[in-house]
Amino acid sequence: MTEVSHHNSDYDPVFGDYVALLKPRVMSLVVFTAFVGLMAAPVALHPVEAFSAILFIAIGAGASGSLNMWWDADIDAVMRRTKSRPIPSGRTTPDAALGLGVALSGLSVLMLGLAANWHAAGWLAFTIFFYAVVYTMWLKRATPQNIVIGGAAGAFPPLIGWVAATGSVSIEAVLMFALIFMWTPPHFWALALFMRSDYDDAKVPMLTVTHGRPKTRLHILVYAILQSALAVGLAFTSVGGVIYLVVALVCNVIVLKDALRIWRRDEFVAEADDFKVERAFFKFSLLYLFVHFLAILAEALLAPYGLGGWS
Amino acid sequence: MSIRVESDLHRRRRSQNIGVAVCLVSFIGLVMVLSLVKITNTGPVEGYDHAPRPALADEVSQ
Repeated sequence: MTEVSHHNSDYDPVFGDYVALLKPRVMSLVVFTAFVGLMAAPVALHPVEAFSAILFIAIGAGASGSLNMWWDADIDAVMRRTKSRPIPSGRTTPDAALGLGVALSGLSVLMLGLAANWHAAGWLAFTIFFYAVVYTMWLKRATPQNIVIGGAAGAFPPLIGWVAATGSVSIEAVLMFALIFMWTPPHFWALALFMRSDYDDAKVPMLTVTHGRPKTRLHILVYAILQSALAVGLAFTSVGGVIYLVVALVCNVIVLKDALRIWRRDEFVAEADDFKVERAFFKFSLLYLFVHFLAILAEALLAPYGLGGWS
Repeated sequence: MSIRVESDLHRRRRSQNIGVAVCLVSFIGLVMVLSLVKITNTGPVEGYDHAPRPALADEVSQ
C-alpha cells in the first residue's frame, strides 16, 4: 500500500475516472478471450446467460485492476507509462479505488455464480485474489518472476468462459490458459528491453535488472519455444482445426525467428538500430494472441456449417 | 427569479450521477431479463405444497 496521495481536493472525479480505475484496455482483452473460451465450449449457453457471464468476468477483471491501482499508486507515480492513471494524477483517491475494487469483486463473483455456475464464480474469485493479492501485493516487488505470475492471472479468462459454459475444466481450457500464460512473459520482457528506465525508477525487480539483459534474451527464447509448442498443440484438440493450425504455424514461425534473433543479438547491436527486433517482437506478440483466439473463434463459428474443427 | 450558477463542479457531479444511474438501471434490467430466462428455461416445476396433485393421483390409480 502507498502513502502517496496527490488527490486534488478541488477536483471532483467524473464518471470516466472511475471507469479508468478498471483498466478498460485490459478489460477488452479479457472480454475477447473469455468470449472465445465460452464460444469454443461444446455446451451452448442462452445468449442472455452468455452475455451476463462475459460481463461479470470483465467486471471481475476490472475490480482486480482497481485493487492493483490502489496498492501500486506509489510506483505508478514514478513510471512514465502509468503516472497519468487516476490515483497518481490526483483524479481519484486510493480509498475510492479500494472501495470500488472490493465492491465490484463481490458483485462480479456473486453474479457470475447466479448467471452461469458456482464453479466459474470460484475461478473468478481465485483470479481476482491471485492478481490483487498474490501478484500485486506479494510477488510483484519481490521477485523478477513477477511477470510470469502476473501472466497467470491474465490467462484465466478463457478458462472461466469455458467453465461458465460447461461447468468443468478440460484440456482445451487448460491449454488456452497455458497459451496466454506462456505468451505474457516474453511479451513484457521484450518491452522491458527497450523501455529501460521505467521499471528501474520504480524499483520493480525486472529480469533485465536482476539477471541482466543477455539472460532476459535467453528467457524470451525459451518461453517463445514453450509458447509455440502449446499454440500448435492446441490445434489438435476439439477447439482446433485446419484454420487454427495454419494460423498457429505461420505465427509461431515468425515468433521463433524473432526470438532467435533477439537471443543472438547483444546490447551493442540492439542499441545501434534502436531495438528494432525487440520492438518488432513486442508489436507482433500483440497481434499473435489476438489472431490465435480469433482462429479458435472462427473454428467454433464455422463448425455448424461443417467448415470448422477436424470433422 | 432564482439565481442559477453552474460551476464545473456541478457538471462533474452530474456526470457521476448520470453514470451511476445508467449502471444501476442497466443492472436492474439485466437481473430481470436473466431471471426471466432462468425461469423459462427451468421447465415445469411442481412443489410439495400440501395441495392435491392430479398428476400423481393418476399415476397411483394406474
